Amino acid sequence: MTTRDIVFIALFAAITAVAGIFPPITLPLLSVPITAQSLGVMLAGGVLGAKRGALSIILLLVLVAIGLPLLSGGRGGLAVFFGPSAGFLAGWVVAAFVIGWLTERFWDGLSFIHAALICAFGGIVVMYLIGIPWITLSAGVPLSKAIAGSIAFVPGDLVKCVIAAGVMITVKRSYPIIGARAA
Amino acid sequence: MLTELYVVGQSPLHLAPPALKLGLLFVYCTLLFVIPHPGVLAIGAAVVTFGYALAGLKASHAVMAVRPAFYILVIIFAVQLWLEGPGMAAYIVARFACLLMAASLVTFTTKASEFIDGILAALTYAPAWVPKAKIALAMSLVWRFIPMVRGIFDEVREAQSARGLGRNMTALFVPIIVRTLKSADEISEAIHARSLED
Repeated sequence: MTTRDIVFIALFAAITAVAGIFPPITLPLLSVPITAQSLGVMLAGGVLGAKRGALSIILLLVLVAIGLPLLSGGRGGLAVFFGPSAGFLAGWVVAAFVIGWLTERFWDGLSFIHAALICAFGGIVVMYLIGIPWITLSAGVPLSKAIAGSIAFVPGDLVKCVIAAGVMITVKRSYPIIGARAA
Repeated sequence: MLTELYVVGQSPLHLAPPALKLGLLFVYCTLLFVIPHPGVLAIGAAVVTFGYALAGLKASHAVMAVRPAFYILVIIFAVQLWLEGPGMAAYIVARFACLLMAASLVTFTTKASEFIDGILAALTYAPAWVPKAKIALAMSLVWRFIPMVRGIFDEVREAQSARGLGRNMTALFVPIIVRTLKSADEISEAIHARSLED
């Protein structure tokens, strides 16, 4: 970890925090609000790579835990880690790591389709694998019901994957961070 | 964005060390989960209510603690009502309310700076392989970066709105990220110039 890496980590924690104040977009048909904050999580992994991406999300969550209202909707403090959706916050760290790891692995010749699939795997499959069992465990709701309740968020997450993939590819072309390490 | 959730006060809870409050919160939550009994929950609710009174907090603070999770709790209540009946539904939702209120009680009575001091103090006891200076650097940097990124964010949004791209997320995020990442080089040079080792 060089000083530059530390600066990247802190910058992406800040970007993800600021993405939370972006006004939520409500999809016309579903009326489920989608916030840009989990977009920041995908981009932390996809732009910085596994280790730095996950560390930047951990740094953000530490600041939230000590009482700063940095999550979307001005949420913050220790309470967010004790609510029914706390599993998704833990899932953010793993999702950023998985997306970063896969992006590093497929870095040469990374296409828009690859990036979108990577984001969908890390940002939806991995995230829900951690978030949904936590709902089941903490709220005593059977797994099938917890899955049914979370399905409504999948279309919004798919939109985010497409946006994140577009941003990842453009940043890779104009200002690559992951490849710069190998060079 | 950097306003914290801390509520000014001089109560015993405000003055207690953060590590003690975190330890008590941990014990509280574990007990509520390990012993799933309405009696335990009633004691838990009484304890947390006493805590709010002791800290001089108002009922509106307790509402603030639970409100962000309100809709999901309504859904959980409905599902439990349908599956297990009203008793279980009320129990599960009341347990969440207690957990959220207890966690917020710690947040309301502890300054962010107290937590940071606590983390830094704990780091001095950490083994040698933990990069203490770098953790401290990252935490203080992000404090400065949030207003900076916010500024970049507002500028980019204005510029892209002028081009009719104000709601195009790709057109917003690419310039924000590239501009932010480019500033990383200058910032790390500036840190080196102030002789922080690599």
